[in-house]
Amino acid sequence: MESSRSAKRLLKVLVNGRWREDAVAENQLLVDYLRDVARLTGTKIGCDGGECGACTVLLDGQAVPACITLAVRCEGRSVETIEGLVAHGRPSRLQQAFHEKLGTQCGFCTPGMIMAAEALLRRNPKPSDHDIRVALSGNLCRCTGYVKIIESVRTAAEMAS
Amino acid sequence: MKAGSSGDGGIGRAGVPLIDGIDKVTGRARYTADLEHADALVGRIFRSPVSHGEIIRLDVSKARALEGVVSVVTGDDCPYTYGVLPVAMNEYPLARERVRYRGEPVAALAAVDAETAERALKLIEFEVRELPAYYTSGEARAPGATLLHDNKPGNLEREVHNEFGDLRQQFAAADLVREETIRCAEVNHAQIEPHAALADYDPLTGHLTVQSVSQVIYYLHLMLARCLEIDASRIRVVKPFVGGGFGARVEVLNFEIITALLARAAGGKVMMQLTREETFLTHRARPQTDIRLKLGMRRDGRITACECEVVQRGGAYAGYGIVTILYAGSLLQGIYDIPAIKYDGYRVYANLPPCGAMRGHGSVDTRHAFECLLDRMARELKLDPFAVRRANLLHAPTRTLNDLMVNSYGLGECLDRVERASRWTERIGRLPRGKGLGMACSHYVSGAAKPIHWTGEPHAVVNLRLDFDGGITALTGAADIGQGSSTMVAITVAETLGISLERVRVIAADSAITPKDNGSYSSRVTFMVGNAAIDAARGLKALLVAAAARKLEASPDDVECVGEVFQVGGGGQSNLPFAEVVKAALAERGPITVSGTFTCPPEAQGGKHRGGAVGSTMGFSYAAQVVEVTVDEATGAISVDKVWAALDCGHAINPLAVEGQIEGSVWMGMGQALTEETRYAGGLPVHASLLEYRVPTSAESPPIEVQIVESRDPYGPFGAKEASEGALAGFPPALINAIANAIGIDMSELPATADRVMEALVERRRRKRLDDARRAAS
Repeated sequence: MESSRSAKRLLKVLVNGRWREDAVAENQLLVDYLRDVARLTGTKIGCDGGECGACTVLLDGQAVPACITLAVRCEGRSVETIEGLVAHGRPSRLQQAFHEKLGTQCGFCTPGMIMAAEALLRRNPKPSDHDIRVALSGNLCRCTGYVKIIESVRTAAEMAS
Repeated sequence: MKAGSSGDGGIGRAGVPLIDGIDKVTGRARYTADLEHADALVGRIFRSPVSHGEIIRLDVSKARALEGVVSVVTGDDCPYTYGVLPVAMNEYPLARERVRYRGEPVAALAAVDAETAERALKLIEFEVRELPAYYTSGEARAPGATLLHDNKPGNLEREVHNEFGDLRQQFAAADLVREETIRCAEVNHAQIEPHAALADYDPLTGHLTVQSVSQVIYYLHLMLARCLEIDASRIRVVKPFVGGGFGARVEVLNFEIITALLARAAGGKVMMQLTREETFLTHRARPQTDIRLKLGMRRDGRITACECEVVQRGGAYAGYGIVTILYAGSLLQGIYDIPAIKYDGYRVYANLPPCGAMRGHGSVDTRHAFECLLDRMARELKLDPFAVRRANLLHAPTRTLNDLMVNSYGLGECLDRVERASRWTERIGRLPRGKGLGMACSHYVSGAAKPIHWTGEPHAVVNLRLDFDGGITALTGAADIGQGSSTMVAITVAETLGISLERVRVIAADSAITPKDNGSYSSRVTFMVGNAAIDAARGLKALLVAAAARKLEASPDDVECVGEVFQVGGGGQSNLPFAEVVKAALAERGPITVSGTFTCPPEAQGGKHRGGAVGSTMGFSYAAQVVEVTVDEATGAISVDKVWAALDCGHAINPLAVEGQIEGSVWMGMGQALTEETRYAGGLPVHASLLEYRVPTSAESPPIEVQIVESRDPYGPFGAKEASEGALAGFPPALINAIANAIGIDMSELPATADRVMEALVERRRRKRLDDARRAAS
């Protein structure tokens, strides 16, 4: 069994604001670590590697595809997932806006989409529609035609100001 | 008893968010791959490396012997075919004797972890005697071609020939007759969730539970019983959250049955997660289609006759092919008034992954050809594209030549709305070079009026439960796959009862709990399940009103429920809160379950000619759209600047969801029109990733301005019809018509990729040079 044979390492990582320590294989992908070890299944796998953006999480505040990021690369760093945006059981502004504006239909791309949007709003709190379209262009959605996704991000940005 | 308080299915006319939306935005929603499966075995499929061949030897003994491999299954483990159409089940979950496409499942195994399963796959020994393989309809239909299926001469799955009206006379009455040949590439649903299934078999009880990405759990249930020879009562099928369908998951899919076979062989639980490449291989999408279309038109734009030949390359197995080739012909009708129509359809077998149903099933490519040719003829007759459509409108209620019912018809208003919104009249012909406007119309059924399985049962059933807590639970077998069907059920129930939406809970698609439903296909759910939900809610309301009337000592006819208060005479005299009425109703008979049903009457089920049921529906949706493009003549690149789309959905029960569906379907049409295309090299899919298969990103997707037209269908729930498919087919022709408007080139092939546009531009320049040279010489 390949994974058990490959060398493991103790990984210390801040996941959604809580430090975790887990033994992980050096070749374990961040997305598998999050889903299988941390049981945070909000982060999705939609492709065979770096194609669709469904696995987007924040690594030290930057949006990265967790399916082409090694877990061990996150040593000592902060990883944020869709679950981490909820505070005291209340959805974040972006989550609320995606819900109310129907930025989500089937919902499968939604966690990655919201994380990519979160990264955008942190670095650019007042993005233009063009900024939003460019920032989300690595995240595929097959349901919405992006119309209501753009509107959701715009609404969240307006809520903030 | 009076009708519901408002009873028009319009809780908050701006619409309501999805009742499961918070689960989706917070990451709480569990899709199949998210289900707890730490204790499950890992399933993997061994697939044919060749396109066509006889199986000489399949040896799985080494794989079986590998430590950690728990079960292995092959074609020997399932001698039963599966499929949806009872007349066209010619496919085994795992190939037997012959493989017919590259990637066809041949064997499968379950192991303790993924690495072991993948190592074991490499130990499978497989020998085939290769047979000639065909990758185009032409090759497969050529005389002397080896047959994929021995009982299908000419590799034809189905031929359709029908003619309505006097074709010869009507072509003779035309002032202009033109013919076009149009080619449309094969496309794929590319739903973002890859396929997955989790199967759990208990050898002690013989019970099987399958959770899968299905759009129709009832079909899956039937096929599991058939293929595994398990009594249906011992099977439970559950649909978790599903990450998009678009038709991909209407048919039962091979991996679903394979996962169950593995679980039974292992005596336990197996998780099967297909890769994106395998998800593409599973396919079942819109076939590559060749269309030869001839139209007759009078000088005033009136269409006199239509002759259409369609050839679909259906892939290696039947799937839904018969339905697709029938839809392509039947839905030539139901949108315009055409006095004579001839249709010849050919569904062809080829050594490629099987095609199936995809959003706009069967109608999209023929509608594309039709709307393109209509525009070209309008141009030749110097008629405005809108005027040509208006010259051919139907008048509801009516029946088409092929006996389809048209009960409501808002196409005229759709035309008015997009013409105005796009400022068509002011702008057409006045745009700078390289910019263009194009338009087109489309329609789609609100559910197939005749179910695929004729069981005699109602076409839809919804159960409502009311217990001591005062909560109402709606049970429906309809699969919410993101389109918002559960939300629609909640709204129709709440509106009919005059209660708040929060009081209604919807449980959907779990065969142990919910009534059987024919599932989420052909846009049937709002129309049929919505009507059944209203019927159930009316039944429940009658019980509550009767209980309230007894307490209030009034006649039930004088009692109404407004805002969860039952009152007599507008509330002036006496009233009772909802909880009191529930108590009174339960005191009589305990917890209440009420069933509501809906059935399409026989007169809605299409003509008596062979295949006449396909296309039949209680209500067509209608759509018109205008597309504005910019064509870069240096690179051939097309950008879509803006889309105006109007759809007649009868009545928008949830306007927010209707907008979302219209935007999504228009945009999916855009993908097919601009970039999406499957490609095979020697049967090997070279498109099988989301980088190669170009779905439009947010950066290249335009704003879409949506107009909802409400024609109030006489039979729809609160007057509603479908909203999810009808607008798709209009986009590709509107785009091609816009390109023609921008650069004067009529593209005959989809998708209109930059290289195809460039090729057409280069060809035009070459021809112009030749013409100039000839003129100079003479």
